[in-house]
Amino acid sequence: MSSPVSLIAANSASEHRPLIITLFAVFVVATLAITIWAGRQTKSAADFYAGGRQFTGFQNGLAISGDYMSAASFLGIAGAIALFGYDGFLYSIGFLVAWLVALLLVAEPLRNSGRFTMGDVLAYRMRQRPVRTAAGASTIVVSIFYLLAQMAGAGVLVSLLLGITSDGGKIGIVALVGVLMILYVTIGGMKGTTWVQMVKAVLLIAGTLLITFLVLLKYGFNVSELLGKAAENSGKGAAFLEPGLKYGATATSKLDFLSLGIALVLGTAGLPHILIRFYTVPTARAARKSVNWAIGIIGAFYLMTIALGFGAAAIVGPEEITASNKAGNTAAPLLALYIGGQDSAGGAILLAVISAVAFATILAVVAGLTLASSSSFAHDIYANVIRKGQATEKEEVRAARYATVLIGVVSIGLGAMARDLNVAGLVALAFAVAASANLPTILYSLFWKRFTTRGALWSIYGGLASSVLLVLFSPVVSSKPTSMFPSADFAWFPLENPGLISIPLGFLLGWLGSLLSKEEPDAGKYAELEVKSLTGVGAH
Amino acid sequence: MATASPPPEGGPDRRPDQPTTEEFVEVQHSAEFGELRRTYRSFAFPLTIAFIAWYLLYVLLSNYAGGLMGTRLFGNVNVALVLGLAQFLTTFLIAWFYSRHAAAKLDPKADAIKSRMEAGS
Repeated sequence: MSSPVSLIAANSASEHRPLIITLFAVFVVATLAITIWAGRQTKSAADFYAGGRQFTGFQNGLAISGDYMSAASFLGIAGAIALFGYDGFLYSIGFLVAWLVALLLVAEPLRNSGRFTMGDVLAYRMRQRPVRTAAGASTIVVSIFYLLAQMAGAGVLVSLLLGITSDGGKIGIVALVGVLMILYVTIGGMKGTTWVQMVKAVLLIAGTLLITFLVLLKYGFNVSELLGKAAENSGKGAAFLEPGLKYGATATSKLDFLSLGIALVLGTAGLPHILIRFYTVPTARAARKSVNWAIGIIGAFYLMTIALGFGAAAIVGPEEITASNKAGNTAAPLLALYIGGQDSAGGAILLAVISAVAFATILAVVAGLTLASSSSFAHDIYANVIRKGQATEKEEVRAARYATVLIGVVSIGLGAMARDLNVAGLVALAFAVAASANLPTILYSLFWKRFTTRGALWSIYGGLASSVLLVLFSPVVSSKPTSMFPSADFAWFPLENPGLISIPLGFLLGWLGSLLSKEEPDAGKYAELEVKSLTGVGAH
Repeated sequence: MATASPPPEGGPDRRPDQPTTEEFVEVQHSAEFGELRRTYRSFAFPLTIAFIAWYLLYVLLSNYAGGLMGTRLFGNVNVALVLGLAQFLTTFLIAWFYSRHAAAKLDPKADAIKSRMEAGS
C-alpha cells in the first residue's frame, strides 16, 4: 500500500534530515563531553560500578527514570495507544505499579546489604561461587535480551526517522549506537552513564510535556473532546476507549495479557540495570527518595503518553501511522510533525526534537544495560568466581572495561543480524526472566531464614530456563506473521509471555530446593544480612 | 561532584570496623530488632499483597468485564479510564504512605540499632 501519506512522511523525513542529524550530533557531543569529565573522576571500583555513591536521591530518581523509560515505552506505548486506544494505556500501567515492589521490598534492603551487583545480595548467605555464577548468568541473559531489543529497535527507528532504507545504513546505525554505548561505559563508568541518563530524562520529559501541551491546547484542555475525536478518527468508535482491541481478541490473548501484567509488575524490581542504580546513592534513605522521585517522574510521563497516543489517533490518524510503521512506533514523531504544521518550520523543528529525544532515549538505556552486564561479569564472575575474591580493585575494573567492549561488540553483531526480525517481544521476555529468576531469589534471600544455596540455584536456573524455553516455543519466535521467524512453526506454548507459568515456578523451586537441601541454612550469615538490610549497619 | 575516599573494596567484607557475626546474631535476637522487623513487615507485606491484588483486579476487569468498563461516566470518560487513572493515584498514594511510615516508624529504630552497633558496644 503506497498511500500518498507515507510518501509525505518519507519525503519529510529526508527533507528534515539535516536538522535531525544536527540535533543527534549535539546530543552525542554533549554526552561524550560529560562522559570524559566523569571518566577523569573514575578511579576506584566504587566509582566505576556505583558512581562513587555520591548522587542525591533526586539525581538518582531522574537517572532511574532515564534508565527505565526506553524507546519501547516512549514510542511503543504512544504508538499502541494511537492504534489500539485503551489497551495501550492498560499496558503502560503495569510498568508504573511495579515500582511499588521496588520501593517497599527491594530498594532499601539491597542498598544496605550489597555493594555493586545483584549477585552481592543473592550470594551473601550462600556458597559464593555457584550462586555468583547463577546471578551473573541471569543478569547477563536479562540484559542481553533487553539490549538486543533496544539495538534492533534503534536500527529500525533511526532509519525511519532519517529516511534510510538500505541495509548498510541500518547496520551502520546499529554499529554507531553500539560504539557510543561502549564509549559511555568504558570511559565514564557509572558516573558518566548516570549523567547521560539524567540528561536524557530531562529531554524526554521536556519533549513530552511540550507535545502534550500543544495537543491539549488544540482541544481547549478538554480531555473528553480529545478522547471523542480520537475514537472518531480511529474508525473504531467507542470501542477505541474500552479494553479489548489489542488484548481481548481471544481467550488466549486475554490470558496472555494477564501473564504480561504479572511479569511487568514483578519483573521491574528484578531488572539488574535498575537494581545497580540503588548503589549510586549514599544511604538507604536516599535510595527510598530516588524511587519516590522515579515513581513521580515515570507516572507523570505515562500520564502524558495518554495525550500523546490519543492525540496521534485524533490528529494524525491510524492510516498514516500504520503507513509509516506497522507497529505504530512513529506515532509520536508524526504527531510532533503534524501538530507543529506539516509544511512549516515549526513542524520540522518539533519532528527533529522528538526524533533526537528518541535517539537519546535509546542511547541512555543501552548504556545502562551494558554497564549492568559488564559489572556483573567483572564483579560476580571474574572477581568472585574465577579469581575467588583475590582480584585487586584495578584488575576488577579493567575486567569490567574489557567486558563492556566484548558485550558491546556482541550486541552490535546480534543487533545487526536481528535488524529485520521482530524482536520487540524480547523486552517482555526480559521482564519475565527478571520476575521468575531474580525476584524470588532476592525476596527469599532477604526475608526467609530457611533459604539455602540449593534453593537459590533452583529458583534462578529454574526461572531462567523455564521462561527462556517457553518463549522459544511460543508465538514470539515462530508460527505467526509477527514472530521472529514467521515461516517456521514450533510454537506449542500458546502464550507470548511465559510469566504465568515461570514466575510461580521460580518461587516454587526456590522453596522446594531449600526444603530438599542437605545443608543447613547459615544462620550467622542470615543474621548479618537481615540486620544489615534493615538497619544499614556497615553499609558500603 | 567530589569523590569521597573509597572504602576498601575487593573480596568479601573484611573491613575492621565491621561487627562480628556473634554481634549480628545477638542483635537479630534482641527485642528491639524484633520490633523493627515487625514494624516493617506488618506494614510492607500486607500493603504489597493489597496493591498487587488491586492491580490484578483491574487487569481482570479489563479482560473479562468489558460491559462494566465501557460504561460512560461523563462525556467520553468511561469506567475503564477512571479505574486506570485510579491505579496511578493509588501508586502515588502508597509511595507517599510508605515513605511517611518509614520516616516516622522505621528510620529512628534502625538508626538507634545502627549507631549502637557501629559504636561497638
